[in-house]
Amino acid sequence: MKLKTFKMGGVHPPENKKTADIAVVNVDIPKKVSVTLSQHLGVPAAPVVEKGAKVKVGTLIGEAKGFISANIHSPVSGTVFKVDGVTDATGYRKDSVIINVEGDEWEEKIDRSEELVKDIKLSPEEIIQRIKDCGIVGMGGAAFPTHVKYMFPEGKTADTLVVNGVECEPYLTSDHRVMLEHPDEILVGVSIMMKAGKVDKAMIGVESNKPDAIELLTKKAKDYPGVEIVPLKVQYPQGAEKQLIKALLNREIPSGKLPLDVGCIVNNIGTALAIYEAVQKNKPLIERVITLTGKGLKKGGNFLVRIGTPAKSMLDKLGEEIPGDTGKLISGGPMMGKAVNNLDIPVTKGTSGIVLMSENEASRNKIQNCIRCSKCVSVCPMGLEPYLLEKLAEKDMFDECEAEGIVDCIECGSCSYTCPSSRQLLDHIRYGKQNVMRIMRERRQQ
Amino acid sequence: MSNKLIVSLSPHEKGDLSVEKVMWGVVIALMPSFAISVYTFGFDAIKVVLLSVIFCMGVEFIIQKFMLKSDVTVFDGSAVITGLLLAFNVPSNIPWWQLLAGAVVAIGISKMAFGGLGKNPFNPALVGRAFMLASFPVEMTTWPVPFSNIWSPAADAVTAATPLGRLAEGGVKALGTMTDPPVQAIDYMDLFIGKIGGSLGEISAAAILIGGIYMLFKKIITWHIPVFYLLSLAGFSGVLWLIDPTKYADPVFHLLAGGAMLGAWFMATDMVTSPMSVKGQIIFAVFGGLLCGAIRIFGSYPEGCSYSILIMNAFVPLIDKYSKPKRFGKEVNYG
Repeated sequence: MKLKTFKMGGVHPPENKKTADIAVVNVDIPKKVSVTLSQHLGVPAAPVVEKGAKVKVGTLIGEAKGFISANIHSPVSGTVFKVDGVTDATGYRKDSVIINVEGDEWEEKIDRSEELVKDIKLSPEEIIQRIKDCGIVGMGGAAFPTHVKYMFPEGKTADTLVVNGVECEPYLTSDHRVMLEHPDEILVGVSIMMKAGKVDKAMIGVESNKPDAIELLTKKAKDYPGVEIVPLKVQYPQGAEKQLIKALLNREIPSGKLPLDVGCIVNNIGTALAIYEAVQKNKPLIERVITLTGKGLKKGGNFLVRIGTPAKSMLDKLGEEIPGDTGKLISGGPMMGKAVNNLDIPVTKGTSGIVLMSENEASRNKIQNCIRCSKCVSVCPMGLEPYLLEKLAEKDMFDECEAEGIVDCIECGSCSYTCPSSRQLLDHIRYGKQNVMRIMRERRQQ
Repeated sequence: MSNKLIVSLSPHEKGDLSVEKVMWGVVIALMPSFAISVYTFGFDAIKVVLLSVIFCMGVEFIIQKFMLKSDVTVFDGSAVITGLLLAFNVPSNIPWWQLLAGAVVAIGISKMAFGGLGKNPFNPALVGRAFMLASFPVEMTTWPVPFSNIWSPAADAVTAATPLGRLAEGGVKALGTMTDPPVQAIDYMDLFIGKIGGSLGEISAAAILIGGIYMLFKKIITWHIPVFYLLSLAGFSGVLWLIDPTKYADPVFHLLAGGAMLGAWFMATDMVTSPMSVKGQIIFAVFGGLLCGAIRIFGSYPEGCSYSILIMNAFVPLIDKYSKPKRFGKEVNYG
């Protein structure tokens, strides 16, 4: 059978998913956690606790401010040490609630039993409110507040829920493990999302390099009406929502529009689990599965980590050190993740993995002249011309950048990855895109 | 742990393509043609190819090292390709100094004067060939007969016209494919395998095809340019042949004779001088094929392949401007 995929562009980096067979283990709760108040896209949450306050696991410590924002809950029990700036994976100091851990006492309202609850008692409105209350955000990396996706603007409706189990980034296996270890919870979560979005069809896209997950979910999905598991050809960036919708439904989101404009809601597979826990178990988003991996590590693994825990705790759990030849630490995947300069950074709701790269892998090759091979054009999933955008951005020709569609760039990095001359196309395109977006903002204000 | 961590923007993963891999891949793809030329022309072929490559690399080295005082990149393989292609475009008995002049023009003027690798608007080897054809018309159009005294460098080669030359001089009758005149017929199988004279690398369509398929397999080139170039040449000559087979040669002859195969697979596909989008590449190839046929059939030169590509090279910036790839999310409308 010919597997579905998106048609335009794409690359296939070495998968390196060496932790795919390693079951998720709990990381020990550290002595102190730093929970940043802006783990999501949008407005940071406002702290609602002060120094010395006693908190339990699940206590609200940050309240959503504005429409696009998310609640933050304490991932541990203990005493608030202070509210202060802490440097996270973005490299910025962000206001954070630092909590000294004492025991592991949970809020009573949270159902901690393992029992699967299939009955969905809440109404769509109540589900969306619960998702909002529990601070659920997209777990794929961008951390967009999830409830916003279900609050449709006037006149808009959706017909399909698209669930992203693609995990197209090399190395990362956290979504894969979640699918293998919590298939029922995910499927109930998907049913909840279908109810909230008032759709009767859901498609879970999974790349064919996870045959065990596809088989398991397909078997279980028979009990969940309207849910379909779609195996996809392995191709990066299939996890990008525009490419995923194209692959699954052959619908193309018009430039500058959102999935809802083609009748879709897109959520990550990890988000489905978080929604299940929030709606059926009343559990806020206080922990997530993270992959720690790298060629230099003896083993690596997948870990259930409380939010705010230093990334280093996973290494400690493994009993490994950062290898001597490490040249780069990446928060997220190697194609779109952020390089960080230490592993003391606290994990957030959007942290999907930590990848260690050797100096050799991480260093960039010498930049050579463009040989006009047109590889960048052929791999661009948005049909742009990266070589041209690079030149235009380099010369600050922003009007031309805009005309050439630079704002459509999803920053997947396929162009830089492919370039035989090792030109850093995306660096320049980002610069051009930021400037074009600034110019567009200024134009709107006038 | 080294305390020098790299903190740079994504993507952090890098592909394993490099300029060197691409260029040396093309060099490998040219080897079957080289082998056939040595088999056919013997020592002369080795001499011409070696000299041409050395001249091209030498000119690039001297310009980079002493004139530009920049990094020397002669081993990236691009000068080797130019050298090979230049040699493949000349008769095997070309004097060495004419080859040197060709190399100076190809690398010095056509490539380095425009800024080196990737900046040249015209295919360097073709510019070198065009220069040589204009400057040394006699030597460039006197081809030794294949397999004549090929391992004795001192012997004077016996020369003969190429099939395209015969066509231009004497019309279709001179080809002997018609039964009427008593000239030796050209066997298409010989033409395909490379038993009939011509420039070094042009003689064997089979060897060129092997190299071309290798490049397709290695994803160095895509199929669009060679296929559309050859289709368009065959279509153009085919229409004329259908109109009057006694006056015009058939399309198979046009595909196999002269430089069309070498041009379509190795010169028109030159990345630097061909368009960036698939749409543009098709436009480029179709018009190139038409031009090649037009020059061959209506022009005064027997061979039009190299000029057709050079002319289309000049249109590449224009083609790039007007043949944008289809953008995601443009021209779609969902109600």
